[in-house]
Amino acid sequence: MADYQSIFNRVQIRGPAYPGIPLPPGDLKRGGKGIYLYLLGWLGDPQLGPIYLGRLGLAALVSFVIAIEIIGLNLAASVHWSPLLFIREFPWLGLEPPAPAYGLSFPPLNEGGWWLIAGFFLTLSILLWWVHIYVRARRLGLGTHTAWAFASAIFLYLSIGFIHPVLVGHWSEAPPFGVFPHLDWTSAFSIRYGNFYYNPFHMLSIAFLYGSAVLFAMHGGTVLAVSRFGGEREVEQIVDRGTAYERGALLWRWTMGFNATAESIHRWAWWFAVFVTFTGAIGILLSGTVVDNWYLWGVKHGFVPVWPNVFPPVPDPTTLPAVN
Amino acid sequence: MALLSFEKKYRVRGGTLVGGDLFDFWVGPFYVGFFGVTAVFFATLGTALIFYGAFIGHQWNIWRVNIDPPDISYGLKLAPIAAGGLWQIITISALGAFVSWALRQVEISRKLGIGLHVPFAFSFAIFAYFTLVVIRPVLLGAWGFGFPYGILSHLDWVSNTGYQFLHFHYNPAHMLAIAFFFTNAFALALHGSLILSAANPGKGEPVKYAEHENTFFRDIVGYSIGTLGIHRLGVFLAISAAFWSAICILLSGPFWTRGWPEWWNWWLNLPIWS
Repeated sequence: MADYQSIFNRVQIRGPAYPGIPLPPGDLKRGGKGIYLYLLGWLGDPQLGPIYLGRLGLAALVSFVIAIEIIGLNLAASVHWSPLLFIREFPWLGLEPPAPAYGLSFPPLNEGGWWLIAGFFLTLSILLWWVHIYVRARRLGLGTHTAWAFASAIFLYLSIGFIHPVLVGHWSEAPPFGVFPHLDWTSAFSIRYGNFYYNPFHMLSIAFLYGSAVLFAMHGGTVLAVSRFGGEREVEQIVDRGTAYERGALLWRWTMGFNATAESIHRWAWWFAVFVTFTGAIGILLSGTVVDNWYLWGVKHGFVPVWPNVFPPVPDPTTLPAVN
Repeated sequence: MALLSFEKKYRVRGGTLVGGDLFDFWVGPFYVGFFGVTAVFFATLGTALIFYGAFIGHQWNIWRVNIDPPDISYGLKLAPIAAGGLWQIITISALGAFVSWALRQVEISRKLGIGLHVPFAFSFAIFAYFTLVVIRPVLLGAWGFGFPYGILSHLDWVSNTGYQFLHFHYNPAHMLAIAFFFTNAFALALHGSLILSAANPGKGEPVKYAEHENTFFRDIVGYSIGTLGIHRLGVFLAISAAFWSAICILLSGPFWTRGWPEWWNWWLNLPIWS
């Protein structure tokens, strides 16, 4: 079957932009006709657009803008609407969740209410976007693998911002919106549950995160190395093996005694990336529900190393009489 | 011999960097070559020394096995075997094995007539390790600043070293490294998904190719980087993650000794608003 192919070399071809495969009946129109950007062509395809937003994409975009609007206006209000202070202090500004005393109730707007509303619209936007990409894949006659990988990321997002707070009964456990504030939350959350380095699911998540970098370096490097034989046309290599695939496979077979196939390397990729967020979510959900302190849990199960006491013991601050 | 059906015609002589024809043969699926011999030598030595370290440390719980670097008081000198000397020899073995592995990949790539992108990318991982156990300790003046070799002990080292700078998330190079790691996993998910969804479109649907791949991505985000571009992007993201990881720990100590949150004061003190 004839198929539109982009052949990449140093010369950028300028013809009519490719409008995309014809849309099935019932779809709206695509936005834009597609333009060429020379700089994009340095790394990949120089064509930008068109885009299919559709009803779902539009609804997701509107929800996203509402969420960002609420967050941005709250940050601006926190510096008394000063544009200069807004820029100067932007990395430190945050929209915080309600205080612990509010539990799971709906607090006044300025004490976490806006945070809840922003979170609601952000979540709505993400879920609508999930449906959008699921429907796009189906409409174009593709599998829904992208949507299910995205679902794993959404599972982590919901575990952090919704499921864990509900399980422990406080919105206050959820992260704030803001650059440095969300970094502070990350450290505080780790320490609150006894240091996440001792959380085995955090270990797994990091192993898959690093593993994903290793896999993409291996896979990307292999395909670039065999691109002189057309190796980047991967689906063609899956259904009709060529010398590009054979050489790429032998590179790994001769290096480490094992090779993936042109298809299975993408299954490795998919599972590694999906497990980053999936195992991360499990680690979050076990914290505060099943395990209160990962360090003590590790001591109990005998995997935490025992170090010599080189410093005099420090009393636990919670056992000291209150100052004042 | 574990030969793939097409493998025989690719098993040709040549492409070696060192040794000529001497080690130019295969053992089962593995290519040997001069660097295969050195890789096996260093890997065996290093592994044996880790077992020896576990033996003299009386620690056979795999999670707690730990090979410490020398005490800071040894500076950049050699230390006695039981007091960090093991760590020093294991470090040399590890570097020898990693570099051998990369050079063996170069030989295999040359033999196959393909590019050297894989060993190039791997060299960034070696650089990150080299930074942690050689460059930074040398700049700080003691091997004791290297990290200990052990499953849990290296996590303790990361945690302690991070908190010595109060809050490591404020380290700008650490921010970049994490952003690259996350983006890499994100791009890997998107790429793996796209190929699988084109090759496995469901019952009754024909297999799809680049035209559908490009259309799917332009439909959902307005841009498709293309079949070649995604692999360039992937290698870029992966090596950038390793590179900025190396930089973030290299900065901590040799070039910045205070808490990382404090580093950002330069932004608050810019002349335009202070």
